[in-house]
Order: sequence, then C-alpha cells, then structure tokens
Amino acid sequence: MSDITKQSLSELVENIKGKKLSSSEVTKAFVERSEKSKELNAYITEDYANALNKAKKFDEKPNLDLKLPGIPMAVKDLFCTRDLRTTAGSKILNNFVPTYESTVTQNIWNEGAILMGKLNCDEFAMGSSNETSFFGNVQNPIDKNLVPGGSSGGSSSAVAAQLTPITIGTDTGGSIRQPASFTGTVGLKPTYGSCSRYGIVAFASSLDQAGPMAQNVKDCALLQEVISTYDEKDSTSIDFKRNEYSKELTKDIKGKKIGIPKEYRVDGMPKEIEDLWKKGIEYAEDCGAEIIDISLPHTNYALPTYYIVAPAEASSNLARYDGVKYGFRAEGENLIDMYEKTRSEGFGAEVQRRIMIGTYVLSSGYYDAYYLKAQKVRKLIKNDFDDAFKKVDAILTPSTPSSAFKIGEKTNDPVSMYLNDIFTVPVNLAGLPGISIPAGHDAKGYPLGLQIIGKAFDEQNILNIAYAMEEKINFKNNITDWWIK
Amino acid sequence: MSIDLKTIKHISKLSRISVDEKKAEKLAGDLNSIFNFIEKLNELKTDNIEPLTSVAETTLKLRSDEVKSKNLRDQVIKNSPKENEDYFVVPKVIE
Repeated sequence: MSDITKQSLSELVENIKGKKLSSSEVTKAFVERSEKSKELNAYITEDYANALNKAKKFDEKPNLDLKLPGIPMAVKDLFCTRDLRTTAGSKILNNFVPTYESTVTQNIWNEGAILMGKLNCDEFAMGSSNETSFFGNVQNPIDKNLVPGGSSGGSSSAVAAQLTPITIGTDTGGSIRQPASFTGTVGLKPTYGSCSRYGIVAFASSLDQAGPMAQNVKDCALLQEVISTYDEKDSTSIDFKRNEYSKELTKDIKGKKIGIPKEYRVDGMPKEIEDLWKKGIEYAEDCGAEIIDISLPHTNYALPTYYIVAPAEASSNLARYDGVKYGFRAEGENLIDMYEKTRSEGFGAEVQRRIMIGTYVLSSGYYDAYYLKAQKVRKLIKNDFDDAFKKVDAILTPSTPSSAFKIGEKTNDPVSMYLNDIFTVPVNLAGLPGISIPAGHDAKGYPLGLQIIGKAFDEQNILNIAYAMEEKINFKNNITDWWIK
Repeated sequence: MSIDLKTIKHISKLSRISVDEKKAEKLAGDLNSIFNFIEKLNELKTDNIEPLTSVAETTLKLRSDEVKSKNLRDQVIKNSPKENEDYFVVPKVIE
C-alpha cells in the first residue's frame, strides 16, 4: 500500500487489526514521510530507529486487542518521555532527559502506540504561532511561510502534513484549538481535570490540559478515550465516569440546543469569520439542532483576566529553572549571579516577559489590584457559562478571529498576538471542554475552524455535535506537499 | 499607570532574571502596552464576588502516607548540570 500515510488513524487501526498492514509497514511509511519533511521543522527530536525497532517487536507478537495496536505517533515536546529528551521548546531544557513518563503518554503506549519523536512547540507553550520556540519556526503545510498556530504548532503541522496519524497537544488558552483551526485539523481541549497533568511541563497549572489533535472527529474521540484517566499523581485530576467516546459516538444530535453568544461578534471581526459562523449555524440546524441566542456578558474581560492569571502561575511554576537540579546553567560569580544569568540566557524573550508580568502582579502591593481582581472576574466568566448552560447543551463560536498569518507578521506586537486567543481563552478560564473542527476556507484558501463548547465533563456531547457537523461540512484540506523536493 | 525602568529593575531582581539597560527599555514598553490592555478589568465592580481559585470543584483526596518509589537518587541527580557524588554543586555560598 503506497498511500499508508493518507489513511486516518481509524483506518490504520482497522487495517492492522485485520492484518492487512503490519506495524512495521505503517511506522516505516510515517518515518519516511517525516524524513522527507524536515523543512516543516515539525520535530525537535526524532526517534525513528527506536520506533522501527519497537514496530518490529510489536509485529513479532502483535496484541491486536489494544486500541492503538502498533500505531506510530509523535507527541508535543511538552510531555515528559522516559529516556528521550524533552525540551518544552526551550534552551533551558535543551539537554533534559526525563527519567519518568507523563501519565498521558504512558496511557498511549499502554494501548500499543509507538513513539516516533517529539514535536516542536512555543517555548513552555507560551505563544500562538510557534515562533517563540528555541528550535525555530514551524511551517504550516497549507502554505509556505505561514504559521501553524501555537503553541502546539509542531503537532498541528505534523497531523495536517500526515507525518503522524494523530498526536497530542496541550491547551492553556487555545494551544490545541487555534493551531487545529489554522491547519484544517480537529483539536479537543478536554474538561479541566479530565487528562492528568503529571509529567507535562507546567505552564499555568489551573488552566493546562492535554488533548488530542487529529484528522477527523472519530480519531479524536478514540484518542480522548485513551488519554483521559483518573490519576492520583495529579491532585486536580477528577474521578468521574468517563465515556467510551469513540464507541458512543453518534451523529444523532436532533433536538440538541446550541447557543450562539452575541458577545463573540467582536469589533473588527473579518466578514469571512462572520460568514463561516453563519454557515456553521445552518449546518447545526441541518443536523436537527435547535439554535438559541445566548449572552456571555463578560467575554471581553477574558483575555485581560487570562494575561494576569496565566503569567502569575507561570512565574511561580518556572521558578524551578535555576540551573541547579537540571537543565541549562550559565556560570556566575556567585549563586545569585548564576541564577540570574542562567534564567536570562536560558529563557527566550516571550517567556521572560510573562515571568516579569506574573512576578509583578503577585508582588507586594499589587496582588489585590491584579491577581485577586482577575480571580474575581474569572468567577464572573464562569458564572456566565453556568447561566448559559441552563438553557443550552453546547455553544457554537468561531475558533479564531482570523485564518493563519505569515511568519513574522505579529512578533513585534505582543497584544495583537494575544488577541488570537479571544474565542478560546474563556473556555480555559471556566475549565470547560471545547473542540475545534475545520469548517471552511477564507479567500486565500486557508482553513477556518468552528469551536463547540460543552458543559464540564460533557466531551461526548460536543464530540457528537462535531461528528454530525463534520459530515455536513465535508471539509477537504488543500495540501500540495510543496515542501517535498 | 506606567511601569518605569526602576520598576523593571525591581521585577527583574524578584524574577532572578538579569536585565541590561537595553532589555529593560524594551520590557518597559512591552509591559506598559500589556498593562494598558489589562486595565480594562477596572471597569468591573467586583466587591462582593468570591475569587475563583480552581475550576475543579473537588476536594483533595486523602491517601495513606507510604513510600511508593525509592532509590531514586541516581534519577534525581542524572540531569544536574554539575554534581559531586550525591550532591548538586553550586557556586560557593558561605565563605
């Protein structure tokens, strides 16, 4: 089969289970395509030789009862992988080789999947374009010199370009859904507490969640089923009854009430996004859903709240990088000098900026005015969603206020970069699940996504709505393999 | 509100990130534009609102206090930039 890499995860699983394909054949195909695709810069660390060995071992004694039997997979370089370098896209972790495995990746290997390598991302997941990575920009396979979104930019690029059948990202303010939207792929940010944070390099602990990034909704549901487990190693992991998301997936969403929040019609929103949203509403109606206008009055305050809460938590989390226990060290005249030089040389500009913001809003005299205020507004934002979900089962919005932009276009203006996350950030603040599905193209032919937001723990419902709408939308990604010589 | 160079120097000290004059000026510009954007929150009255510290409405689970992993010394020291036998090595602190 020459077209192995064009198959979806579900097809590959079926073909391996049906013994039409071996793990070695599949792994070799994705390794070869990844090797031909270096120009995308999707990988930070490749582990192809080990992957091929593991595939061979799998084939010698295949366990076909597993959910991901012998499936090769590259993952975002924010997940600690035992004995394989994990950098978080930062110079400060350039030489860090974890001695333990994140729970989410362990769940994936337990179901038979094989690690191919670690995917590029914004440094410590702080960015919306993958341009803050110490390991350089990632190309969007949609067009040359186009950002793949961020922070899970290597992940979105690799899935869209079919370098890996599926992958995982992390989402603190939109880092799964925005890159999915920019690359014409599907990305799910689960409910806070659904996927364990153990072994994921921490950014903002009250917001971080891992989730699947896939070519279609069915694949996404299958991976969510694998990675979502209760984990006592994460004190915020929640012990709730998890669905078998892929088995319970249905296109029957008749009578579901879908809310349209008027506050998401932001000033200066391009007409293309407005049109996409209108089309999305029609698709949902075609599927039998009932459309209801709702209000989320504090939407405009979500980004300012996020840019207090996330940097505050980051400044605390990143205090551990001191050049003593692991990671990069710059020599200094004394201990304090060593700390200051290590952190100044080891962190990139955006990470330093966010540590500074976070330190400032937590510092004596400013805590109440900023951090406490933001936590109060966060409560108001969550209350908005709680009120809305008394009337509706899900909420439909655009995923992003624009399509993908060019590399370098927004790097000089942090605030304009932050505005990318205007539709995704409220979901993290309220701890809800949200999924982005590709829903159309703009005039340049770049993909645009729609976001479906659900009640906490209601992943099955938003996956079902996404699954039903996906069929009506019938989206096709335009990928020409321009980077393959 | 405006963040001046003196404040930047203060935050840089608290953050343990060394900052030279040029970097301090750039940071002051960036932080001022970000804080202008953040000031929007002052439009809202929040006197009687309870702050939200965690969206996970769950109480911490109790567990028995027992050792689950041991003999991790080699693993703990494995990634350190400089070590001596079982110790992390840092520049001299006490004369």
